[in-house]
Amino acid sequence: MEIVSLGDSALVVRVSNDFAAEPEEALRAAIALQRTLEEAAIPGVVESAPGYVSVAVFFDPAVVADAIGGDDDPFEWLHQAIRTAALRAEGRASGSARSRVRHEVPVCYDDPEFALDLDSVGQHAGLSAVDVVKRHSEVEYRVHCVGFLPGFPYLGGLPRELATPRRATPRSEVPAGSVAIGGSQTGIYPTNSPGGWNVIGRTPLRLFDPTADPPARFHAGDRLRFVTITREEFDRLSA
Amino acid sequence: MKVSVRSAGFLTTVQDLGRTGFRRHGASLGGALDPHALTIANLLVGNHPTDAGLELTLGRVRLRFADDRLVAWCGGAFDVHASGAELPVGHIAFIRAGEEFEAAPPPKGARAWLAISGSIEVPFVLASRATDLRSRFGGLEGRALVDGDELRLHSPSRNASVLMRQLESSHITTWSAPNEWSSPAPRHPFLRIVRGADWSRFRKEAVAALLGESFTVTNASDRMGVRLQGNGVTRDDRDELLSEAVAPGTIQIPGDGQPIVLLGDCQTIGGYPKIAHVITVDLPAAAQLSSGDIVRFAEVTLAEAQQLLLQRARDLAWFRAGLTLKFT
Repeated sequence: MEIVSLGDSALVVRVSNDFAAEPEEALRAAIALQRTLEEAAIPGVVESAPGYVSVAVFFDPAVVADAIGGDDDPFEWLHQAIRTAALRAEGRASGSARSRVRHEVPVCYDDPEFALDLDSVGQHAGLSAVDVVKRHSEVEYRVHCVGFLPGFPYLGGLPRELATPRRATPRSEVPAGSVAIGGSQTGIYPTNSPGGWNVIGRTPLRLFDPTADPPARFHAGDRLRFVTITREEFDRLSA
Repeated sequence: MKVSVRSAGFLTTVQDLGRTGFRRHGASLGGALDPHALTIANLLVGNHPTDAGLELTLGRVRLRFADDRLVAWCGGAFDVHASGAELPVGHIAFIRAGEEFEAAPPPKGARAWLAISGSIEVPFVLASRATDLRSRFGGLEGRALVDGDELRLHSPSRNASVLMRQLESSHITTWSAPNEWSSPAPRHPFLRIVRGADWSRFRKEAVAALLGESFTVTNASDRMGVRLQGNGVTRDDRDELLSEAVAPGTIQIPGDGQPIVLLGDCQTIGGYPKIAHVITVDLPAAAQLSSGDIVRFAEVTLAEAQQLLLQRARDLAWFRAGLTLKFT
């Protein structure tokens, strides 16, 4: 475990150095730590958010200083409190982060309006478009973290052969619902947004609703599968 | 109980101190790009620091009040009039029903924060009244103000009523908030930075470029970040980094070597190397940068950055204590 500063009011706790070798282990450790930190309710900690192999912790230094009083260095104290929580999280990492939440995400891959980069992903992989779709939709993914955009899930579990470098020139607008591949990651754009990932299909699902609790459809640790649908089904589901 | 937007200006949004607790769902912190300035303005008019005010960007803004209110503003060097009289930064004005607030674009600086006694009444979305322009929620219908909008206001606090009575005849206070707080807009600032997690991925010459050269603010800058143009800060390795948390103040170096200083509306997770972070007490200066401005960076230690931040918190506590005397 390693704590690195993220400016003067935040830090990042990295729980694993080897994501590529042990993605599941990294995911479990990050989720366990995030939950432990939340329960610990460390004074001055404003919020925490999991990343791929890390948990970001945001704090208000003045509140930390007030809470501990005296002459102690508030930042030293905070590091110690987080280290203690992290040790506790390591002890429980195996059990606590198993998520039973499973999602099926309907995706229309077979309309050129949606599957903007399906052919180039196929070319890069040396596969037909049909095989790309088959492989993308036959495996189970884990949500490693939600970020970048509200509700955007970073998914782990993309079949290695589908990994495709980001587009040299990002699109100025990727449509909401676009299912895309960026390097070895795959994800879904919840809203229209600039983006450089390769778009291979589109889901009619709404991924983020600011009036709902919780607002995001997916959460770190959830399991997810893509289910192919036709354009007609897409139109019916989005009506 | 309302204020009419006669002229909405270039980009005026309802903002508070931002949205915390939802980064794990991907929602940005957002809020006033200079939360300290909004806090000061709010305190001056008897509001709570977390109340909603307006963030003004560059353009000319004109508001008409339907009832008696106090107003105060902090930020860039805007030319502001309340009921026709000049209202300097950090002072408080009493505006009567039917009278107007007017702000003209600044000769330096880009943004100002206006607080109105009682504060702006919009629904909480994800525990905040801040406008998220990119995702279109919060604030007034998730958008910037337009001409003709009407904003509802909460009732002024008792403190505000006390001050209103004091300002019956004089209209504008002779005293003000400390100037270095209320107007943080030097034309060519040095922004102080601390090292970021990826500092050591950069060659000595690249670090020297970051610390030694000046950078020009480009017109692609917005509430998400200030995009800079310089000779380039290049990286040694070509490792693809795993996306990780970023925060307001983070300086990212994309492939082209042109730094981006992230601001309040920045994404929660980013994949570019984080060479450094602008320290929190210098974010107000970063929020004032506009296209064509020149920026330089100076390194401080993390301990120095944190001491400066704690000192500002102590100064703010003193300011609040002093202010309570004005409300009695």
